[in-house]
Formats: sequence, C-alpha cells, structure tokens
Amino acid sequence: MPAVLIEDVHKSYGKLEVLKGVSLSVETGQVVALIGRSGSGKSTMLRCINGLEAFQSGRIEVAGHVVDQDPKRLRALRKDVGIVFQSYNLFPHLTVGQNIMLSPRITKNVPQAEALALAKDVLAQVGLSDKFDSYPDNLSGGQQQRVAIARSLAMQPKVMLFDEVTSALDPELTGEVLLVMEKLAKGGMTMILVTHEMNFARNVANTTVFMHQGKIWEQGPSRELFAAPQTPELQGFVKAGAQG
Amino acid sequence: MTTFGWPEALFLFRAAGWTLLLTAIAFLIGGLLGGVLAIMRLSRIRIVRRIAATYILVIQSIPVLMVLFMSYYGLSLFGVELPPFLAASASLAIYVSAYLAEIWRGSIESVPFQQWEASASLAHSPAQTYRHVILPQAVRISLPPTVGFLVQLVKNTSIVSVVGFVELARAGQLVNNATFDSFRVFGLVALIYFAICFPLSRLSRHLEKVMNASRPH
Repeated sequence: MPAVLIEDVHKSYGKLEVLKGVSLSVETGQVVALIGRSGSGKSTMLRCINGLEAFQSGRIEVAGHVVDQDPKRLRALRKDVGIVFQSYNLFPHLTVGQNIMLSPRITKNVPQAEALALAKDVLAQVGLSDKFDSYPDNLSGGQQQRVAIARSLAMQPKVMLFDEVTSALDPELTGEVLLVMEKLAKGGMTMILVTHEMNFARNVANTTVFMHQGKIWEQGPSRELFAAPQTPELQGFVKAGAQG
Repeated sequence: MTTFGWPEALFLFRAAGWTLLLTAIAFLIGGLLGGVLAIMRLSRIRIVRRIAATYILVIQSIPVLMVLFMSYYGLSLFGVELPPFLAASASLAIYVSAYLAEIWRGSIESVPFQQWEASASLAHSPAQTYRHVILPQAVRISLPPTVGFLVQLVKNTSIVSVVGFVELARAGQLVNNATFDSFRVFGLVALIYFAICFPLSRLSRHLEKVMNASRPH
C-alpha cells in the first residue's frame, strides 16, 4: 500500500478552481518533488495532504489516515505526517529545546526525560546540538529552518511534507537545509516537497511531478524528466530554471 | 469648621486604600470575564461570537455611570439592595471586562496566523494551541495596553462616589465640605492619584519599549 494516495482531488476558492483532478501515489521511502510555476497549485496540493486546506472532491489517504476535516481524525493524522513551512514558524516564546519537546509531550504524553532525549537526538540529526537553549530569534534563517525540521522529526512522522522550505533563505543558507533534507531522504523518510531547487529535485527526488494550471502535467523519474521533458510547458520551465 | 491637618490627610490616605482595593477587585473580576469574552469573540461558533460582540458593544456604548445607577438604584426597584461597595465593584468589573476583552482580542489576533497553522500541524488541539502557543505570545503583546488601561481604571473609580461609596475622590469632597480648604484638599487628592498612576504609566511605556525591542523580525 502506498504511503500517500491522492485520487482525483478537486479544489476551488469560490469560482477559481486551483486543483483540477490531481491523482498521485507515493510509495513508502520515496521522495517526490512537486515543481511548477507559482499558482500552479503545488503548494495547495501539499497542504491538502495534512488537511490544512480542505478540498471539495476526491480522496486522499496518507499513512493509513483518510484526510477529511474532522478535528479528531486530523489530529491523529498529523501525529504521523509532519510539515515544514517556508517561514519556519517556530514558537518564538520557547527555546529550541522547548519547541521540539512541546508536541511529543502534550500530544503523545511522552515523559519529560524521554522527550529530552528525543529532542537532543533530533537536534543532533540537524547538526544543532549546541542550540538547545537558544531562542529562535537568535538563530539564522537556515538554523531556524533546521530546528523546524527537528521539531517535526520529534513527532516521529511516517511522512514529511516540505513547503518551499528554502525559498525564504539566502543562497548560502539554503545549502545547509538541503543537506539535512538529503540526509533524511537517504535515511528512508517518505517525503513530498514543493521546491524551486531544481538541482535538489533532480538529484535527490526519486520522482518529480510538474504541475501546471492545477493539474499534474508531467511526471516521471527525476533524472529522465529533467533530461527529456515531454511537454512544451515543462521544456520552457526547465529552460527558464537553467538560465535563472 | 475644622482646618485641614493630619487627621484629614490620613482620612484621604485611607480612602486611597479603598480606591486601590476597588481597582484591584474590578481589574481581577473584569479581567477574568474579559478573558472569557475575548476567546468567545474569536470562537468558531457564530452565536458565541455574537453574544460576546453584543455585550462588548453595549457596555462600551453606555457610560459606566449608567451601569452603576442601574446596579445600585435600578436593582433596588426590584427589591435587591446592593451595598455601595458591591454595586461599585460589580459595575466597574463589567466596564473593565468589555474593554479588556477588546484589548485582548486584538492581542490574540496579532499573533501571526502561521503560528496557528504550525501548532495545528503538530497535532495540537485548539485548547492546546491557545494554552501553549497563542496565549503566551498574546499576553506579551497585551501587557503595555493592559497596564495603560489600568491607569484609566484607577482614575475612573472616582465615579463610584456618586452612590455614596467613600473612595479617594469622595473623601476629598467630604474633607473639603468640612474645611473649605479646596486648594490643599484637592491638591493632595490629585497628588495621590498621580502617585498611583504615574509609575503605572511609566511601566506601560517601559513594557512597550521592551516588547518592541524583542519583536521578531
């Protein structure tokens, strides 16, 4: 059974249809990159997977949970599905350690000592062991984003979603975040990421999905897709990316 | 006729104690009620939102004096005789609740919505989101305007003198009626109000500076 199964999902904001029947299947341990121009629906698609956006028709199943808007079922789903945002969204009033320990403690009743060990472990994974007692404001953007990834990891998710996580970062900070993500991918995490980092999509993602006008326009194994795009839209997109 | 001396001054200081007590009680009870109203105002349930909004609108649109008259004279028409202190505390608490509810609603709303999303995405319930993520941030944002409002409250307690409760302003009137030394009596009354309010105003401004300095960029 796939880790994520998306079947014919439609979503509109009023009259504007942003997802026009998207279907996608992601196997456990697979890394899928969603690429496309802004407004192509890729971020909306990603946010539908953990229920941050409601959709009108179709069906999404992720890590064994059916996605709908029932609060209890959504909470159960979100224990198994992590998301990392473009703007990090760390809790500014809590230290790095508290940011990471909060959710395991209050949603899974993990004991304090165990939560502490867990926090130290995930912080080490993102290379920030020395920042346990720092406040988010005192960290660089790249460090904050790595903490956000660690916070998500502490929930021991089965699937992780990444929504343009390097788009707010300076180029020199982008690398350190991508490195952490690459390590996660190699560790076998099931990942879906919306990204503008074409090199990362090509080299790390097993599958790349090109979205255009609310539909999956083209998809395939990343290297093949970038080497030989079939549709004129993707050819244009890849060319523009190579120049930019 | 008596002259204005130490006994009269002491009487004023004692009355200032009542002003402080009245302020504290009104702030405490009004704050509790205001907190509930602020959260009701942001409820997802429409009727709950409406009830809180209507209450706030009504209370903010009538003078505190009318609330006071209604609770003191109005209720006595129905045979409910509230002692002046109780009527005064209740009226002020009602007044406080409506204003603090709005201040705090604004503070809660100024926490970026991404914080709600991040919290919900970590499987927190709405109550957990409020308790661990939103309220700690909202409280910090709300401190300067809340302390600022407290200054207004100290001064507005003088209104309850009209139902015969002897707090600082009423005590000033009484001493003046006995001594006719208006300048010194009300000079001292004003000085006592100033001594209470000035440090609070400074605290409010200080908090504002601290909050601005620690705002995330």
